[in-house]
Amino acid sequence: MTALLPRRGLAQILALIVILAVDRVVSPQFFDLRLQDGRLFGSLIDVLNRGTPVALLSLGMVLVIATRGIDLSVGAVMAICGAIAASLADTHSLPVVLAAALGAGLACGLWNGFLVAVLGMQPIVATLILMVAGRGIAQLITEGRIVTFSSPDLVWLGNGAVLGLPVPVAIALGMVILTGVVVRGSALGLLIEATGGNARASELAGVGTRAMILAVYVWCGVCAALAGVIAAADIMGADANNAGLWLELDAILAVVIGGTSLFGGRFSLVLAVLGALIIQTMNTGILLSGYPPEFNLLVKAVVVLAVLLLQSPKLTGFAGIVARLRRTKA
Amino acid sequence: MENSPDSAPPLLEVRGISKSFGAVRALQEVDFTLRAGEIHALLGENGAGKSTLIKVVTGVFPRDAGIVRIGGEEIAPRAAKAALAAGIATVYQEVNLLPNLSVAQNLFLDRQPMRFGIVRESDMRRRAKALLADFGLDIDVAALLGSYSVAIQHVTAIARAVDLSARVLILDEPTASLDRHEVEILFGIMRQLAKRGIGIVFVSHFLDQVYEISDRITVLRNGRLVGERETGSLPRLELIRMMLGRELAETTSARASAGEHRAREVCASFENYGKAGYVAPFNLELRHGEVVGLAGLLGSGRTETARLVFGAERADGGLARVEGAPVRLQSPRDGVRHGFGYCPEERKTDGIVAELTVRENIVLALQAKRGLHRPLSRREQDEIARRYVKMLDIRPADPERPVGLLSGGNQQKVLLARWLATSPRLLVLDEPTRGIDVGAHAEIIRLIRELCDDGLSLLVISSELDEIVTYSDRVVVLRDRAHVEELAGEAIDVGNILAAIAADGAAAAHEAHA
Repeated sequence: MTALLPRRGLAQILALIVILAVDRVVSPQFFDLRLQDGRLFGSLIDVLNRGTPVALLSLGMVLVIATRGIDLSVGAVMAICGAIAASLADTHSLPVVLAAALGAGLACGLWNGFLVAVLGMQPIVATLILMVAGRGIAQLITEGRIVTFSSPDLVWLGNGAVLGLPVPVAIALGMVILTGVVVRGSALGLLIEATGGNARASELAGVGTRAMILAVYVWCGVCAALAGVIAAADIMGADANNAGLWLELDAILAVVIGGTSLFGGRFSLVLAVLGALIIQTMNTGILLSGYPPEFNLLVKAVVVLAVLLLQSPKLTGFAGIVARLRRTKA
Repeated sequence: MENSPDSAPPLLEVRGISKSFGAVRALQEVDFTLRAGEIHALLGENGAGKSTLIKVVTGVFPRDAGIVRIGGEEIAPRAAKAALAAGIATVYQEVNLLPNLSVAQNLFLDRQPMRFGIVRESDMRRRAKALLADFGLDIDVAALLGSYSVAIQHVTAIARAVDLSARVLILDEPTASLDRHEVEILFGIMRQLAKRGIGIVFVSHFLDQVYEISDRITVLRNGRLVGERETGSLPRLELIRMMLGRELAETTSARASAGEHRAREVCASFENYGKAGYVAPFNLELRHGEVVGLAGLLGSGRTETARLVFGAERADGGLARVEGAPVRLQSPRDGVRHGFGYCPEERKTDGIVAELTVRENIVLALQAKRGLHRPLSRREQDEIARRYVKMLDIRPADPERPVGLLSGGNQQKVLLARWLATSPRLLVLDEPTRGIDVGAHAEIIRLIRELCDDGLSLLVISSELDEIVTYSDRVVVLRDRAHVEELAGEAIDVGNILAAIAADGAAAAHEAHA
């Protein structure tokens, strides 16, 4: 399974190590872990826990981007599904709540996929529709208020622990494994990469490109729904205005940091999730350092720039020329 | 009138131009001469080097060797500006003006009449109106260019080019999207410009139009100059021979005789199969162990036939049968399901997935056919890839190399491997030997024969007539998007094919002149 964690992951792993080391410098207790009431605590666990929503989003987003698409609506879908979960939590059992929320996410994904795959809209425009409308829908569900709940089941989903790990982290881990098995265990991975790499050629080779595209948007919607439920469970309430706000951009950033090109084709699930962790490690580090959070945005911008520069064809072309020169000299 | 006397240097003189892209030699020692006041048709099939020649002359591509002279003065090899300044203007099939600006703004873009730094709209409109009046056009020049028909946009582009003091006007497929009446208007303008001493290069694949408008014809084939002739003294059959036949040797079919193929079982058949505005309904029988060649000029409906047969395009009438049973071919998936394979002409855009490896490209169609839930294991993929890399001698023999890094011939072999891996009953090959080097060319032809001997049914499109003659059991000739003739056995030779391609068109041209 080289495709699950390709050699090219080295850069991302190094980046994570560097950022972790910087975090260790600004906060000497960064690597400290302690067990309390059957749950691990510490900055590292915090990174994982806080990083869960974006990690889940990036898991869906990376598949969408691999087909040469993009999904701007995931933040709004989080808000919708969080609102649904919060409104139902105190009156319905957890399975019903989850089914409703995930079903809504699936419907959102179907809508996006329909616009892109069947109607042939440009993904950025198609998903912009739900990005704008979705937050309105979420506000209608919560009737403009912040809906709180106290259902212990749903609260456990945000704050409980499994085998010492926070439940959200366990869920995210489970989703990574599930997605990996589904995508790489079946032919889906290859067919998605082919569709993103050259849709016309794939279509002519008999690949059901529309079905592929529909499927990735649906999965992206489901991942966003799960992220929305977890975000709501975490704060024991749903805030239609702020839940998942701008997280679509973090998810896209995570995918890009993970080395998947916005032009589609080759993708890596694991590296996308690693990208999400890199972002969260930066966030946490800046918070711990005591610098004002505004720095967070600047640092993020610098990282984005660095990653994009590394991916730009001109630079890679340049690197390629340098490599060739070296080889000819050798 | 500035009709130059015969002693004066030609308006545009191209001598010994060569141009390569990587290993592909797009132009080899091509000469081209354009005299003042003539309309000169530049002809050749796809990949003959017409557009490369135009781009080299206009300085878009730097040339590898050769000389370009305009009015006797040499132009530096890498000088798009110099070509423009010397008065070469090009109007492409897709008008390269701005549809969101007015006609007048388009005409005077970059050189608007100004006073005190402000564009003088009224002055600009008046001059635009006068300019277009020269071309017999009386339209509202303040309206957006995009609101007018393609014909008017073309005339606007030509007017702009001529007004920029063009002496050489290159029209690249200008009539492709025009109707008959619009073509007449355009031809009127071309004749008028020629009278003013402007030299016009006319690129087109409509031979009737070429005979109607041009004074002289230059034919290119495979990047080489085939010849330059006076239109009046060049019979249509001879012209088509120049465009298609490699040499005039009368090759005959090396394959089975006419009697033998009747006995073979029918693999797929099409009755009255067609699509309005695409290809006229045709009957076609494809048998096991038989190669059917599709011959015809560019735009005659060869690729269109191939796409209908494979299912890449939906027919709007007729019946398709596979092994005798009626089938629906609505999509490439249907074609693949019924055991068809299709190697398209445009390998890069329609064939390979450049970023994926040779192995992944080879297993793609097989995997798509098997479905999502039955993935080929990595070991099976490796095995399949290794087998075909060896069988087709794909180089470099590294299944893990991205296919985009391979040469054209090897990419073609990868596509063949992709379909062979699906154990197809019918393979449709559109120009399988285009743009690949000589060695690979011979290999692909050998492969076509071998596959056929193994019982595969093949439908092959090629512009190389002697190639088609070499491997085909039957040849279907197309003209004007219709199947016009089917040759079998002894009847298959270059002369008969050429005659079939030329036959009716010549008659039509005579009528037009009469």
